Amino acid sequence: MNLDSKIPSGPLEEKWEKHKFEMKLVNPANRRKYDVIVVGSGLAGASAAATLGGHGYNVKCFCFQDSPRRAHSIAAQGGINAAKNYQGDGDSVHRLFYDTIKGGDFRAREANVHRLAEVSRNIIDQCVAQGVPFARDYGGLLDNRSFGGAQVSRTFYARGQTGQQLLLGAYSALNREINRGSVKMYSRTEMLDVVVVDGKARGIIVRNLITGEITAHTAHAVILASGGYGNVFYLSTNAKGCNVTATWRAHKRGAGFANPCYTQIHPTCIPVSGDYQSKLTLMSESLRNDGRVWVPKKQNDKRTAAEIPESERDYYLERKYPSYGNLAPRDIASRSAKEACDSGRGVGPGGLGVYLDFADSIKRLGEDAIKKRYGNLFHMYQKITAENPYKTPMRIYPAVHYTMGGLWVDYNLMSNIPGLFVLGEANFSDHGANRLGASALMQGLADGYFVIPFTLPNYFANEKFEPVNESDPAFKQTLDEVQTRTTKLLSIKGNRSVDSFHKELGKIMWDKCGMARDKSGLEEAIKKIPQLREEFWQNVKVLGDEKDLNQSLERAGRVADFLEFGELMCRDALHREESCGGHFRTEHQTEDGEAKRNDDKFCYAGVWEFKGDGKPSELHKENLTFENVKLATRSYK
Amino acid sequence: MALCDRIIGNGVGAKAVVAITGLMLTGFVMAHLSGNLLVFAGPEAFNKYAAGLKSLGGILWVARLGLLGIFILHLGLAIRLNLENKAARPQKYVNEATMEATFASRYMVQTGLLLFAFIIYHLAHYTFRVASDDVNAVPAEDVYGMVIAGFSNPIVSGFYVLAMAALAMHLKHGVSSAFQSLGIYHPNLNVVTQKLGPIIAAIVFVGFASIPVSVLMGCIK
Amino acid sequence: MDLTLHVWRQKNSKSDGHMEIVEAKDVSEHSSFLEMLDVVNENLLGQGKEPIAFDHDCREGICGACSLVINGEPHGPEYGTTTCQLHMRSFKSGQHVYIEPWRARALPVLKDLIVDRTSFDRIQQAGGFVSSNTGSPQDANALPIPKPDADKAFDAAVCIGCGACAAACKNASPMLFVAAKVSQLAILPQGKPERERRVLAMVDQMKKEGFGNCTNQYECEAACPKEISVEHIARMNREYFRAAILEEPEKQGHGGD
Repeated sequence: MNLDSKIPSGPLEEKWEKHKFEMKLVNPANRRKYDVIVVGSGLAGASAAATLGGHGYNVKCFCFQDSPRRAHSIAAQGGINAAKNYQGDGDSVHRLFYDTIKGGDFRAREANVHRLAEVSRNIIDQCVAQGVPFARDYGGLLDNRSFGGAQVSRTFYARGQTGQQLLLGAYSALNREINRGSVKMYSRTEMLDVVVVDGKARGIIVRNLITGEITAHTAHAVILASGGYGNVFYLSTNAKGCNVTATWRAHKRGAGFANPCYTQIHPTCIPVSGDYQSKLTLMSESLRNDGRVWVPKKQNDKRTAAEIPESERDYYLERKYPSYGNLAPRDIASRSAKEACDSGRGVGPGGLGVYLDFADSIKRLGEDAIKKRYGNLFHMYQKITAENPYKTPMRIYPAVHYTMGGLWVDYNLMSNIPGLFVLGEANFSDHGANRLGASALMQGLADGYFVIPFTLPNYFANEKFEPVNESDPAFKQTLDEVQTRTTKLLSIKGNRSVDSFHKELGKIMWDKCGMARDKSGLEEAIKKIPQLREEFWQNVKVLGDEKDLNQSLERAGRVADFLEFGELMCRDALHREESCGGHFRTEHQTEDGEAKRNDDKFCYAGVWEFKGDGKPSELHKENLTFENVKLATRSYK
Repeated sequence: MALCDRIIGNGVGAKAVVAITGLMLTGFVMAHLSGNLLVFAGPEAFNKYAAGLKSLGGILWVARLGLLGIFILHLGLAIRLNLENKAARPQKYVNEATMEATFASRYMVQTGLLLFAFIIYHLAHYTFRVASDDVNAVPAEDVYGMVIAGFSNPIVSGFYVLAMAALAMHLKHGVSSAFQSLGIYHPNLNVVTQKLGPIIAAIVFVGFASIPVSVLMGCIK
Repeated sequence: MDLTLHVWRQKNSKSDGHMEIVEAKDVSEHSSFLEMLDVVNENLLGQGKEPIAFDHDCREGICGACSLVINGEPHGPEYGTTTCQLHMRSFKSGQHVYIEPWRARALPVLKDLIVDRTSFDRIQQAGGFVSSNTGSPQDANALPIPKPDADKAFDAAVCIGCGACAAACKNASPMLFVAAKVSQLAILPQGKPERERRVLAMVDQMKKEGFGNCTNQYECEAACPKEISVEHIARMNREYFRAAILEEPEKQGHGGD
């Protein structure tokens, strides 16, 4: 597997500018001769499709939702980082670059991250020009807030709905191109495979989710912007439809999958309330500014929060991390909550929860001040749990939130399959082993608005393309494979529902490959998942028709892919004998229980190559070199 | 042509026309009411007022034609919009709830059509004098006498009162709603515009209904 | 709790639908409405019956995918709440619950409770954007926007495009949805250059899709899960009249030199 990262030479600050100049362009009159497929319509997909359409390429954009506006980028709450330094508090491109590299626990490429920090500024300009209503102060200028992992205020926001506003901005840009005829939109259409012809990605196979029709689409390049794989855990903060199918299918056609074990667990989510639970709801991290996290000191304490006296409470974050206290980073806060619950001191149903208590803040600042700051969050909490957080402490528990791993891409965002580009959460490139808050939106839009529009033309200008059409053998064969698999799912007629398999897989993943992992657990998971997969293919029950809208069938295909992907994730977690960012191996921790990196052995991106069904995947390594930052240990004590 | 198409041809524009013509008709109704209330001032005052109107001659006919035009626009566009609205939901809900819509707003078409029927009867009754022998027996110059003769019949009076109730309901929604249709919405203005409908409705109902009721009760003879 | 559901079942857009009675037993009051349907669907599957199809995705009230008219009210009885955030504690054991799809000619049923909302996308495509090429726009702070304007624009921009306004409207009119976008961009300076074209095109598209007209009954405002005000409809009306009068018919284009 060729893992040439194609990082341009020269000083870090000049790489992108130099590269932009050196890349070839495509003449405006020739652009319409190139067909581009974009899979996914979230921040990365919509921004890429809109920009490329605007440049004059023939773009087809696909999404499984009923409208491109519903992609899960819409649910991002907090904000988007940009090194604008509008607050004059010492921010700079270099500081954003450094914070991101450090936040990622030194497992990301310097050049990519620096480019991200550079273009972050253009993103804000672009979004404002589109009419995105960012928060402003009374002078009419843009407001900023601060976020975890940074000491400056660089986060732009639109109340608690920044993702929504940015996505609607990208959606409106996409609409403009659809209106002009440069982008053709295919909603309720799911990509089920990539077609590779003579080593190049030349098209995809899709299923129309309304008619069930499976068809092929040809192109000169395929862009995957299909999001992350957090739903492998069944319960996560992802939307129900989020899936790994697009990237996993591409992986099975030869694209390397990098660092699948890097998953981010968000510490403040509403705990599971019963086995009917279908998803987890995030509560903004900002709550930890005024809330104190605690559990009872005693195990299996059945008393209510009010009945537990101060002396019998364990404010464990304040105890363990006196200087950062309740504001310890996401991974640390999450793991500490798990430890508390594992030791039998969790609260609420099933003992899977910890208190986030605002009593002290309410006493200090008054209920009104707290209401002003967090009113909407408290309201949402009350709506979901029917508990009043002004009176009783909130119960929170960590939940899977984001996945840093993804398809391997080079500096140009192209995978190791020529012509297959991967953007946004679907790729592995910018966040290393842990993503900072408000950086996901930044990366999605950077990739779509400001990177792919430069690197894709360079690919076109340097390649010669043979004409292809849907009746070519490669297309026919891939289409047949997809068809066979779809028919197979309906023909099993077993006894178990798709969801029951998904839930069981999720439980294995959460228990063995969740917040903390160890060798024996991972080995157990690697044994169990193939068994579950086998049972799935013999005993799954999918009703309904193939040539019809069939939600069970859609889910079955996605869960089938999760059942393959989960195993790879465990293998990756097993091989990485260190703890870094979102990957915590209990064998590799300091005496105080902190993550212990092993830079000598694991300072690389682990890239997996698919070797065929039933055969073990092969690991390749892209070594990470740090020329501009010094590898250091994170400490939050 | 483009302007005509944008205004008449489109729902948003047509609604504005309905609103403006509706407000004009409301103005007419208010003027009509203030004239009618002269009936309480006695036969001389009332007949003098009626004679004054008739003496306008040509101008009266221009005004009548104008009123007719406004009325046709209002009615025609409202019916067209309503047919479009009906067509927009061919399959009804099995279980339909109403959250905010007032009773008056939901029966605008019905009250409107009842008013249409009333107006035809009202013109036949007093203007063309073809509906009631009691009225026809009074000379055309004695408008006051016609009123007394007409409203002495409890069935006729009952119908008039019913029609005025329909008019009041129509105006209660229509007047306030017209401002929204015309884009007049501001927190500082809403206190007025939202109350204007109910207030005008109350005035119109009490004012008009007082005449047949007074006749029946013998307060005016 | 136990509920008797009356659910609209329809095989596809071509077939006729009907109400079907489905019993929901032992529903947890802590589950959301959609989770209740998940459990019902698992039971139906166990009985060899096809699960009820309904749209949903984020399940946190922001994507706008979920719909459902519950006992006659879009998104159910809770004010300012999407179906996915509606919890079963809003219902009583033994209650009959009617679940129907959005009903409008321009939102045809695809299957069971799923409707086709591409008409909403087409209205946005007609003009719901600012024509700004990706590239190097001026600095974001070069043009200050008064905070009240930014806030007002935001109040409109929170629309999730779910369609509840059209579903609730007695005339199946999506005015609140269309107005939210027109109003957002009419308030912001970035939207000004195209304001006439935008409102004319979007209102025209709304008509072409076969939606009804607004009669100011404000059912939409009551049903809107994001509590968007009908004030924006009034602003759209103003924008429309302004544009109807000011916008000249398009001239034939001519090439450069």
